[in-house]
Amino acid sequence: MSALAPRADFPLLAADPRLVYLDSAATAQKPRAVLDAIAAFYAHDYANPHRGAYALSARATAVYRAARERVARFLGAADADTLLFTRGCTESLNLVAGTWGRANVAAGDRIVVTAAEHHGNFVPWQQLALERGAEFRIAPLAADGTVDRVHLASLLGPRTKVVAFTHVSNVLGAINPVEEIVALVRAAAPQAITVCDGAQAAPHLPVSVDALGVDFYGAGGHKMLGPMGVGVLVGRRALLEAMPPWLTGGDMIEFVHDERSTWNVIPHKFEAGTPNVEGAVGLAAACDYLDALGMARVHEHGRRLATLAIEGMLRLPGARTHGPPAGAERAGVVSFTLGEVHPHDLSSILDAKGVCIRAGHHCAQPLMRRLGAGATARASFSVYNDERDVEALLAGMRAALDLFAHA
Amino acid sequence: MPDDPLNALYQELLLDHYRRPRNKGRLPEFDVCVEKKNPLCGDEITLQIDFDGDRVSDVKFTGQGCAISQASASMMTQALKGRSRTEVEAIARRFTEMIHGDDAAARDAALGDLRALAGVARLPVRLKCAMLAWGAFAEALAEHGK
Repeated sequence: MSALAPRADFPLLAADPRLVYLDSAATAQKPRAVLDAIAAFYAHDYANPHRGAYALSARATAVYRAARERVARFLGAADADTLLFTRGCTESLNLVAGTWGRANVAAGDRIVVTAAEHHGNFVPWQQLALERGAEFRIAPLAADGTVDRVHLASLLGPRTKVVAFTHVSNVLGAINPVEEIVALVRAAAPQAITVCDGAQAAPHLPVSVDALGVDFYGAGGHKMLGPMGVGVLVGRRALLEAMPPWLTGGDMIEFVHDERSTWNVIPHKFEAGTPNVEGAVGLAAACDYLDALGMARVHEHGRRLATLAIEGMLRLPGARTHGPPAGAERAGVVSFTLGEVHPHDLSSILDAKGVCIRAGHHCAQPLMRRLGAGATARASFSVYNDERDVEALLAGMRAALDLFAHA
Repeated sequence: MPDDPLNALYQELLLDHYRRPRNKGRLPEFDVCVEKKNPLCGDEITLQIDFDGDRVSDVKFTGQGCAISQASASMMTQALKGRSRTEVEAIARRFTEMIHGDDAAARDAALGDLRALAGVARLPVRLKCAMLAWGAFAEALAEHGK
C-alpha cells in the first residue's frame, strides 16, 4: 500500500523526506496546487469583489463565486448560495448558535449534544444554554464510539430545539450515522434543527450535505488540504433566510437608513466585510485535488492505514487504542496510550525521530473524562501517508518503551 | 544523534520520581493550596504547603501528567521541605536558570535530584511541563506573603 497522493505534490513534505507527519486531523499539509491557486489569484485577479464597477473587480467577484460553487459541489450542496464562507468550522458552528440559536432557543428549551463533541461544537451550545436558561443534555456514546441512538432518542422531545453532533470524532475516528440521527430527530423532535460538525469528515469521506439531510453542516478548510482561515457553513435556504445576521457591516446590507438597515440576500447576508477570497480560492483548489484522488479512495486509504496502525499497536506491551476496533468502519484517526509512557513523553520521543503526532485532550475534554484518560496520543492519516509512516510510528513507540525500560 | 537529548533526560532518577513520586498526597492541615493546569495538554497539579513562620514545614502534591511534570513536582517538594523562604526562592531561581540552559546551575549541588531535569533545556516544547509545579509554588509563596 503506497501513499494515495505523491509526496512530491506537497512542498513541505518533499523538502523533508524524513518527516513523518501524522497530525493531519489537526491540520493537513498543502499540495502545490493550492499554493499556486492562491498565488494566481493575487497575481492575476486581485481586487475587492462585489464593489468596483471595473473589470478587475468583476473578475475577483467571478473568482470568488466560482470558488463557492466548487466547494458547494464538493460537499454535495446543490444550491451554492446556501454555502457561507467563514473563518473556520468553529466560526461556522458559533454562527448557528449565535444567530438561529439566539433567535429560537428560550428558557426551558433543550439543547442536545453528544459526548464526542470537539469543544467547537460543545462550548457554543453550552454557553447558549446558560445564556437562555435552556437545558443542556449530553448524549452518551455506544461502545464503538458513535452516539448511543437509543439514549439519544430518549433525550428528544417537544422542547428540544437543537441536536448538535459530529460526523466523525476527532479523537476516536468513529463515524456517526448522520442520516439515522437526522431521521430520529425528525420523528421525535421535528421542531429541532440538526447541526453537524463535519471538520473531520469533509477531509476524509465522500460527503453530500443534501443527502445527509442535516439543517446545518460546518467544515474547515485547513484540514481539507486548503488554507487556514477559511471554513464553510452549509445551511437550509429557508433557515438561513429567516435567521438574523451574524456580523454586520459592509457587503451584508441591502440598504442602510439612519435608524435601521435591511439585509442583503444569502450568502452575502452572512459575509460582512471584505471576504477571504484567497482562502476560498485555495479551498476550491483543494477540492479539485481531493476529487481527482476520489473521496471514496481517500476514505479507504485512511481506514487502511488506521487499521494497520491499530494492529501494530496491539502487539506492543501496554498499548491501548480508543474507538472502533481494527478493521471496523472509521476515519483515519487513531487515539492510543502506551502503558506508563505518558502521551506527552511519547510525543517528544517520536518527535526526536521525525514523527509528528498529537498528544493531549484534543479539544474534547468532555470525551476524555468519559474515556477516563487525562490525555491520549493521536495519530491521523491523510492522502500523503503510507505504510512506512505507520512503521515509523510503531518503531518510535518501541523505542519509547525501551527508553522507559532501561531505567 | 537526534535521540541524545531524550536519552539524557529520561534517566533512572527522573523515571523513579515519576513512578514513585515523593510527597504525593494531601496534607491534613495546610496554609496554602494552589491548583495549576496546563490548558494545552491537560497536565495538572495541586500543591499544598504548611508554613512554620517563613519556613516550608511540610508540602504535598497531587496531580497527573507526563513524566517531566510529575517528576519535577516530586523533586521540587523534596527540595523545598524544611527550607526558609529565602532558601526556596534561591532554589526556584537556580532551577529556572538550569532549565533555560545555564550549565553552572546544572552542576549546582544545591539543586540535588532536580539536576536530573537539566536536559529539558534542550527540549523547549517541554519547558512548560517542567515549570508547572514551580508556577504553583510561586503562586503559593505570593499568597502566603500577603
